[in-house]
Amino acid sequence: MLATAIIVFREVLEAALVVSIVLAATRGLTRSALWIGGGVLGGLLGAAIIALFAEAIAAAASGIGQELFNAAILFAAVIMLGWHNVWMSRHGRELAGDLKSMGAAVRGGARPAHVLATVVAMAVLREGSELVLFLYGVAASASGESGGMLSGALAGLALGAAAGAALYLGLLRIPSARLFAVTGWMILLLAAGMAAQGAAFLVQADILPALGERVWDTQGLIPDEGVAGRVLHTLIGYTARPDGIQVLFYLATLGATMALMKIVNGWPRAGVALAPRAAP
Amino acid sequence: MKRAPNYLLLPFCAAFFVHAGGLAITHAEAAENAIHLSIKDHRFEPALLEVPAGRKFTLLVKNLDATPEEFESHDLKREKVIAGNGQATILIGPLKPGIYKFVGEYHESTAQGQLVAK
Repeated sequence: MLATAIIVFREVLEAALVVSIVLAATRGLTRSALWIGGGVLGGLLGAAIIALFAEAIAAAASGIGQELFNAAILFAAVIMLGWHNVWMSRHGRELAGDLKSMGAAVRGGARPAHVLATVVAMAVLREGSELVLFLYGVAASASGESGGMLSGALAGLALGAAAGAALYLGLLRIPSARLFAVTGWMILLLAAGMAAQGAAFLVQADILPALGERVWDTQGLIPDEGVAGRVLHTLIGYTARPDGIQVLFYLATLGATMALMKIVNGWPRAGVALAPRAAP
Repeated sequence: MKRAPNYLLLPFCAAFFVHAGGLAITHAEAAENAIHLSIKDHRFEPALLEVPAGRKFTLLVKNLDATPEEFESHDLKREKVIAGNGQATILIGPLKPGIYKFVGEYHESTAQGQLVAK
């Protein structure tokens, strides 16, 4: 039961942290909670389907289908998270200000909510499909212990969800004027970490060169498989022994997104009076 | 602007698959000299596997159990789900001489093994 709880907790934790950051980042947007909830449900449905076709996916593309699939999902999420940050660099100040005087563009802000709902769906799908396979395996092999398995799975789920809720509640304590600046940074780091992870899958598929293995080694300090390592992995893309290409993808994602945010933020806005910029 | 990200993604994905097609031959070649590993009763057989250091090789993992397993190794930076009664190839290396641990993530208490690169 404990083993089941631990594995379920691990898989749920990553998705829960992503969901809580996204929920905080879309605060105040039209029906954002509904969109994000839809994303979670869609992701769960997708996870079950992916689990069902796991063997076919693994065998696809001469045996590297699984790697390509994971990389594609991660890079799609990176682009969507980046898009969100660019959008927020234009509209974030309006959102943080008085909701009543908010421009129509922002009130119609379902757009970033769908984008992030998709990101949530993909995070749930990736972690969830592994979870579905695992639970299927436990259920199939240990028929006599299915009660223990169920309680273990529920305990793991509850713990993972609690960690997500704790992060969300913590983020809500940030004054709304600063909230989007904080969530913007968190999303930026989330995206960079996903890009690095996507690069690792392409190295595994032998599509990208590693460009140097174990650029640094902090496995002794914060091991990848510990809880701290896993939380940091999700939040900032921590890897104890990264390949050179992972570092490259990480920095490129940070740089490209920040450059786009700067450029777009500089564009004149139609129909919205330019508010004086707050000093950073 | 709003749809741009989706379009941007298409050539990205296409490039992966085209590239993957080109790699088919090298993968097939590598699979011929594959080093075999099987999973039975949630244990690896053999649990200790000697592999060549300094060159790439393919690990062919056969899952003889009816339940799925995830081959995971932080030492090797590899993770791959293997369906019940299924198999998967994992490309590894070139490795420096040393010991590389791996586990079956779904049954970590029993499914443990090591590669010894020499």
